Amino acid sequence: MDSSSEYSLHHPKWHRHRTPIFWWVKRWVYICFIGREMTSVAVAYCAVLLTMVYRALQSGPEAYAALMSLLSHPAIIVLHVFALLAVLYHSITWFNLSPKAMVFRLGRWRVPDLMISGGNYAAWLLISGVIAWAYATG
Amino acid sequence: MPTNITLEVLRYMPEDGGAPVFQEYEVPLRSDWVVLDALNHVKDHIDGTLSYRWSCRMGVCGSCGMMVNGEPTLTCAAFLESFAPGPIRVEPLAHFPVIRDLVVEGSDFMTKLKDVKPWVIRKEEKPLSEGEYRQTPEELADFKQYSMCINCMLCYSACPVYGLEPGFTGPAALALAQRYNLDNRDQGNEERMELLSNDEGIWSCTMVGECSEVCPKGVDPAGAIQRYKLAGAADWWKSLITRKSK
Repeated sequence: MDSSSEYSLHHPKWHRHRTPIFWWVKRWVYICFIGREMTSVAVAYCAVLLTMVYRALQSGPEAYAALMSLLSHPAIIVLHVFALLAVLYHSITWFNLSPKAMVFRLGRWRVPDLMISGGNYAAWLLISGVIAWAYATG
Repeated sequence: MPTNITLEVLRYMPEDGGAPVFQEYEVPLRSDWVVLDALNHVKDHIDGTLSYRWSCRMGVCGSCGMMVNGEPTLTCAAFLESFAPGPIRVEPLAHFPVIRDLVVEGSDFMTKLKDVKPWVIRKEEKPLSEGEYRQTPEELADFKQYSMCINCMLCYSACPVYGLEPGFTGPAALALAQRYNLDNRDQGNEERMELLSNDEGIWSCTMVGECSEVCPKGVDPAGAIQRYKLAGAADWWKSLITRKSK
């Protein structure tokens, strides 16, 4: 039976409430969730940007210099500051959620959630440190 | 301290043919009363036509779930005093069709629950003479929290994905599937994975996480689904590698 059915004594008509488009503005947790989802756009943008830098490097010094000149425009710098904040928010919420999906056991001992997210943060810092060191010394 | 509190209850009477409307009731604000007691007071002393479900009054049967001030809540565990001075808005569970007043139609959940095969599946039963299937406390701890589900459907009301895509298998059914997958006596993992690794299964979940927040029994369906996704992805890679190596 569906909601279009007419009321009768033993088959009453159900009421169905349609979820509105702006369902997510009603509660703070839903706004945070949509914010987290939206930061995926910034993650995708960073991936595209990385590919563009890689292609410019492959094409030679002139192409690389042209791209760097474009990226040094103040509007692009402002955009990249927002992209960085969005990617940081995305990464932090991702790492905080990682213990939900990962369960590790060492023998009978279950690795605590804090150690799983902590391990992710440690790996993140280590890789970022190695890249920063390679950039500074290269 | 006020002696009364107002309940704003959403009434839906299909025989009238109209849309649901809120009706106000003044009830005594007693420190030992929960929202369910207030509804029972309305039913017994003010308006006998009010319809709602309840049974055990102690957070076990899962019948009295409603939206209280917009939050999916077991009304037998929500003290009136925590909402003082009120008013308290009581509505039927979100995302389910309403039959009358606060009574929702939950057979969609019941069908989905049955579909995930929430029972121990054995490929081969061992003979009784070999004794029982033994389990260590650690093996029990792996799935015990998922077995605490009381099928109250609060998690479905908290899940916006279920509200937008009613085909989604949903939090409680997926958590119960995981309860049996993690049980070392069960061998039905592959059977359930085939069923649940489709678009309306685990991959519909966008990890809002509210299902775990509203659960009155501390079950973590969001976690169960993410673990399921990880297992599903691992299975896919495994099948890809074995196909290539053949």
